Amino acid sequence: MTTLPKSTGRKLGLVIDLDICVGCHACAVACKEWNDGGSGGPLSDLAAYGADPTGVWFNRIHSYEVDGAGSGGCGGGSSGQTVYFPKSCMHCETAECVTVCPTGASYKREEDGIVLVDAETCIGCKLCSWACPYGAREYDQVDRVMKKCTLCVDRIYNDALPEIERVPACVSTCPVGARHFGDLGDPDSAVSALVEDRKGYGLMPEAGYGPVNRYLPPRARRDREQAAAVTLPADLCDDLSPDNRLLKWVDRLFSR
Amino acid sequence: MHPAYSVIFFTVASGAGLGLQVLLAALLLAGHVSPVSPVILTGLGLAFVLISGGLLSSTFHLGHPERAWRALSQWRSSWLSREGVLAIVAVGSLALLIGSAFIAPLEALRPLGIWGSLLLPLPTIAATAMIYASLKPIPAWRNGWVVPSYLVLALMSGALWLGAITAPFSGILPGQVVFALVSLVAGAVVKLGYWRRVDRPEAAMRATGLGPAGTVRPFDPPHTQPNYLQREMGYRIARKHAGKLRRVAFVAAFVVPLALTLLSIVLPHWPAAGAAMLAAAIATFGLIVERWLFFAEARHVVMQYYEGE
Ligand code: SF4
Ligand code: SF4
Repeated sequence: MTTLPKSTGRKLGLVIDLDICVGCHACAVACKEWNDGGSGGPLSDLAAYGADPTGVWFNRIHSYEVDGAGSGGCGGGSSGQTVYFPKSCMHCETAECVTVCPTGASYKREEDGIVLVDAETCIGCKLCSWACPYGAREYDQVDRVMKKCTLCVDRIYNDALPEIERVPACVSTCPVGARHFGDLGDPDSAVSALVEDRKGYGLMPEAGYGPVNRYLPPRARRDREQAAAVTLPADLCDDLSPDNRLLKWVDRLFSR
Repeated sequence: MHPAYSVIFFTVASGAGLGLQVLLAALLLAGHVSPVSPVILTGLGLAFVLISGGLLSSTFHLGHPERAWRALSQWRSSWLSREGVLAIVAVGSLALLIGSAFIAPLEALRPLGIWGSLLLPLPTIAATAMIYASLKPIPAWRNGWVVPSYLVLALMSGALWLGAITAPFSGILPGQVVFALVSLVAGAVVKLGYWRRVDRPEAAMRATGLGPAGTVRPFDPPHTQPNYLQREMGYRIARKHAGKLRRVAFVAAFVVPLALTLLSIVLPHWPAAGAAMLAAAIATFGLIVERWLFFAEARHVVMQYYEGE
């Protein structure tokens, strides 16, 4: 049924710490590895070793350059910051990817809020991927159905695994602990406390989807003001400037 | 958004067919023509081909066309599902209307076919439009112009095809000409309104929420090659091409058919029939370009993650 549950018992989701993510893509790889063999898989790849490889990944790590105000160094360059930005399904409360689905293949679970697709019923109309503002749905060209993050539903309730591993694969693999998993509907949970403490936010609230996942913003950089204040000695800047004769000569040499 | 030919063909063809179906039903109710006359049967046949051809083509872009029947189940929440159900009932009443001309026992059911053909096509077209108009991540579609555009353009192309069919037989009725002219002007107005609306800058949704810290620029893509999302939503037409195509669409869909319809009033029988047919064909071409633009010009918010905010 593609009508959404009025409320869900729990709101399971991820909390992603943008301050400490190092952009190593380990979570994306662990996700691919687990889900390729798990209930959400297989996740097909096309031309994996060819010139134009493409495939299904539930988790993708963007990276952004965020320009801060202020300037430092030669020529007044800005003190920018690189932010690694992992993105996967937000398991939205008002998941319109579900309500647009004509077949009932997409559904949101009443017990924990996880949004899933039944690969046996999906007709591959792709409308749900149009309805998702976060780009969390990926079409499998081999199976010709829609696939998406399952929040590792086949891990988190899996009695066959040691308890410490009953978290999504991305969370258990992150080498810096930038990913947390828990019930964001419970104000007393560890993840809720973390969100409270670090002013975690949901993406694109204007879309009105009520994303459950939270992002912890990068902390203000301690060195930012210092960097802005530093003015390099004029002769060093001259050495680095493109008018420098030595550099011009090197440039000409290598342009030959 | 990537303009998929199957969907463009589907919306243009089924729109024209459904528009034609409504007008034929209205003509029958007005009692001007017999339901078994060749002109009506030709019209009904053309409407049937257009609608069912369109529906068939819409299943081509499905991953699993053999499961298409499942799409009829979620009408409580999904406009796509509602459209499917409505389209099938609309085609059903059209088939009944055609069948009643040939199969004697069905004759008693003809009024059902006529009323169904009058009442069902417009809600079907509106449901198609709502599939697009309900998508929040695509601001160009989420506005009040989409549903009226689809309705008016369907009636307009239906009226032109009706003219093309009646002209060689009995000539076009004055009422028909008036309707065609009014719908052409209305079509031009809603399309211009739509274009004005989508050209207006939107209060953009900010993808990353990192905005307060400064300008956000993509630094390193998450994958080396374009993925499904970029292929499906990343289609982007250059502004200058879009402007040119808008002019082509406008002239072909509205200006030329309007001139030809006016011309058909003063021309003798056969040249008038030729003008009416040409008007329908050129308008259909114009609507294909218009529909192509409807997709190609629409931008999905998810592309901000790839292209910056
Ligand atoms: S992130 Fe996208 S796919 Fe996931 S629940 Fe929200 S709308 Fe649906
Ligand atoms: S692609 Fe599948 S899951 Fe998505 S809306 Fe269509 S039928 Fe539903």
